[in-house]
Amino acid sequence: MHPKRKQKLFIILGLLSLAAIAIGLTLYALRSNVNLFFSPVQIADGDAPVGRQIRAGGMVKEGSVERDDENLDVVFTVTDYVDDLEVRYSGILPDLFREGQGVVVVGELSESGHFEANEVMAKHDENYMPKEVAEALEDSGYSPEDYGVKVEGAD
Amino acid sequence: MWRIIHQFGSPKGFYDFSARLQPWFWAAAVLLLLTGSLWGLLYAPADYQQGDSFRIIYVHVPAALLAQSAFVGLAVAAVIFLVWKIKVADMAASVMAPFGAAMTFVALFSGAVWGVPTWGTWWVWDARLTSMLILLFLFFGIIALRGAFTHRDSGSRAASVLAIVGVINIPIIKYSVEWWNTLHQPATFSVTERPSMPAEMWMPLLLMVLGFYCFFIALTLMRTRNEILRRESNKRWVRELVRGQ
Repeated sequence: MHPKRKQKLFIILGLLSLAAIAIGLTLYALRSNVNLFFSPVQIADGDAPVGRQIRAGGMVKEGSVERDDENLDVVFTVTDYVDDLEVRYSGILPDLFREGQGVVVVGELSESGHFEANEVMAKHDENYMPKEVAEALEDSGYSPEDYGVKVEGAD
Repeated sequence: MWRIIHQFGSPKGFYDFSARLQPWFWAAAVLLLLTGSLWGLLYAPADYQQGDSFRIIYVHVPAALLAQSAFVGLAVAAVIFLVWKIKVADMAASVMAPFGAAMTFVALFSGAVWGVPTWGTWWVWDARLTSMLILLFLFFGIIALRGAFTHRDSGSRAASVLAIVGVINIPIIKYSVEWWNTLHQPATFSVTERPSMPAEMWMPLLLMVLGFYCFFIALTLMRTRNEILRRESNKRWVRELVRGQ
């Protein structure tokens, strides 16, 4: 290759790696701030601030959803299978909200340790399937979340 | 070997060569997009949780893929232009940038529309969504920077440098859903693993992705040819071409 072109290519590569290092270090320094939400474990460890607007996320624990008959109040437990977090919310829940489903809740952590949510967002996984397949999986004793696992196991 | 590359890289060589390629890509794009969208929107089964709103995937995923591919294309063209001084690469980059910006917007917009029924919000500042928004601003920056110089060559060089530096955002977009916890779910499609949906759902998606790529290539070839004619309008071969018709 022409020496001048070679030099130019090296300048470009050098520029690119310097920029990559700079951005990499920035993101590394910001790593906890880039995370969208705190998990119940982090909250139990005291990483999350009390009385400030934060987000928490995890799975809605099976059998933990209690709705009030009189109004829209709902209490449920968010878990990451290590620690639990009790969430209180009053309002309309998204369509995908159900037990065993991932959620992100926005609100404040109270002194007593429960979470006062003012917004609930449903997180969904990357698995899609037709209704019939989901029902067939449930009939044979699997939950739809096991789809990927089951297919891999069948290999 | 070098002679072939040089011939292909010369404006006239590229103009003649792309004339032969172009109709094939247009035909493939129309065929794939038509089959893919009809199959995806009418015949593919609805999702067990999301119902019909899941069909947005047939636009959202291809648009997001193309947005990132267009940016990688920009960066590759920028290196070729800066190091080997091949003008066609810069012409191709100048027509790829608006397309990439449009695709990024489509991905963001379809994602917002999809987010309302599934997540319960149309926007959230999570790593995937934010890095995608940065990609949109990078495209805008590249387009604006190119036009900001009175001398065309300076504009091309500045836009090329921004494209090369901006390419760092691409792995960030790709891995954002793995490095940080986000509301956005992990990738549906990956080269190494089996797809996370049954064949009657991912087949139309695959057709749509291929169709978007063919459309991108066909459009880039066509617009690069126009750009060649515009920039080389005082060259003899262009004059002869115009006079001959």
